[in-house]
Amino acid sequence: MINLPLTNVIKGWDRNTMASKIAKDLPHGAYVNLGIGMPELVSQYVEKGQEIIYHSENGLLGMGPPPNENEIDLDLINAGKKPVSILPGGSFCHHADSFAMIRGGHIDFCVLGAMEVSIKGDLANWSTGKGIPAVGGAMDLVAGAKNVFVMTQHLTKEGYPKLVKKCSLPLTGASVVSRVYSDYAILDITKEGFKVLELNEGISLEYLQTVTDGKVY
Amino acid sequence: MQINKIKAEMIDTLSDVFDGATIMIGGFGEAGSPVDLLHGLIDNGSKDLTIIANNAGNGRVGLGALIGQRQVKKVICSFARSATGVTFSELYLSGQIELEVVPQGTLAERIRAAGAGIPAFYTATAVGTPLAEGKEEKSFNGKKYILETALHADFAFVKADKADRYGNLTFNKTARNFNPVMCMAANQSIVQVRDIIEPHQTNPEEVITPGIFVNKIIKIENPIVESKAIAEGLIYP
Repeated sequence: MINLPLTNVIKGWDRNTMASKIAKDLPHGAYVNLGIGMPELVSQYVEKGQEIIYHSENGLLGMGPPPNENEIDLDLINAGKKPVSILPGGSFCHHADSFAMIRGGHIDFCVLGAMEVSIKGDLANWSTGKGIPAVGGAMDLVAGAKNVFVMTQHLTKEGYPKLVKKCSLPLTGASVVSRVYSDYAILDITKEGFKVLELNEGISLEYLQTVTDGKVY
Repeated sequence: MQINKIKAEMIDTLSDVFDGATIMIGGFGEAGSPVDLLHGLIDNGSKDLTIIANNAGNGRVGLGALIGQRQVKKVICSFARSATGVTFSELYLSGQIELEVVPQGTLAERIRAAGAGIPAFYTATAVGTPLAEGKEEKSFNGKKYILETALHADFAFVKADKADRYGNLTFNKTARNFNPVMCMAANQSIVQVRDIIEPHQTNPEEVITPGIFVNKIIKIENPIVESKAIAEGLIYP
């Protein structure tokens, strides 16, 4: 048994490797919403010959990469309020229509960051319970997207598990996450626990169990 | 006599705004944010306002400035945090301004519902979370939903790209965001536009907000760009 928090944390996959693993699992033709921050990297790793359509909840379907400095338009931004581009075949809509795409079940996948994910698929990623509460579109995404993927470090900065039996932070949604891509493993949420689909080369199943609060198998 | 919703002066554009009013502010971040109308509202001096917006302002311009002037008692929004959101955070953390956090899609739908005559609706968003507390829960086909109510306002302040004198609006790219639904949900919608065109120049196929949802229009050809103003250290007034 290893005592938590871990002081000597094993380094797992870097964020680009995690992003490429997620990109590989997105099927051709999928409509995908990427959360702000680390999940945005996923769009850089779409396999050649595949088309994925990215949705940004501020009313943009068919989002493209960041523009060159001289092409920045402050009226063309993503949900993180950063300048982006629109690809041929893209479209704009107002906020209620954009969220109808989410809430009406039209978005195939969303990829979000997490503070905690429970063994039942509960997600906490919007509030630490301190400071100014700010939820944005996270609760809509987890309630409406057909598949909710989480991209996260396996442990907190302090060395505690983020995959837990029960979330201690305010929930974003209950039983909403289907799969977790951490720097240590890819895990499906199942009735029996966190099911390992792929394990980082440098990590044993025993170690993974030690740094996960909840059954891995 | 012709219908003409265009006003020449800011003072006439905002003449109906009163103390204690509920005002929707369009925009997502700075895109589509009616910064010039908000500065007009600071000059107008109305206070005890309830603001419905996605965010709670940046720096000391636009909504950030209005909050800094202590004209706002409550903000209803989805995301009140911002790197430069100094005025809201100061007042909120010292208990001097109220905040109602609403998930972004629920916020948009509550506003749309108000504009469409729908008093309330059930949604799966926020079920099982702290934001569902106190709300009626009901199951449909084995899935849980909560009841959310329509969100009306006395005024909507919005920014569009072009308008004609009937109030037919078009927007620029993602600056559309909340603006069209807010025009529908307010008793009076007030629009700042970059350009005014003649009705015969309006392509009916391209109108995003039909004029029935618009009351007053003012042309601001060179609107204040929030991020540039903040970078330059502008403090309004």
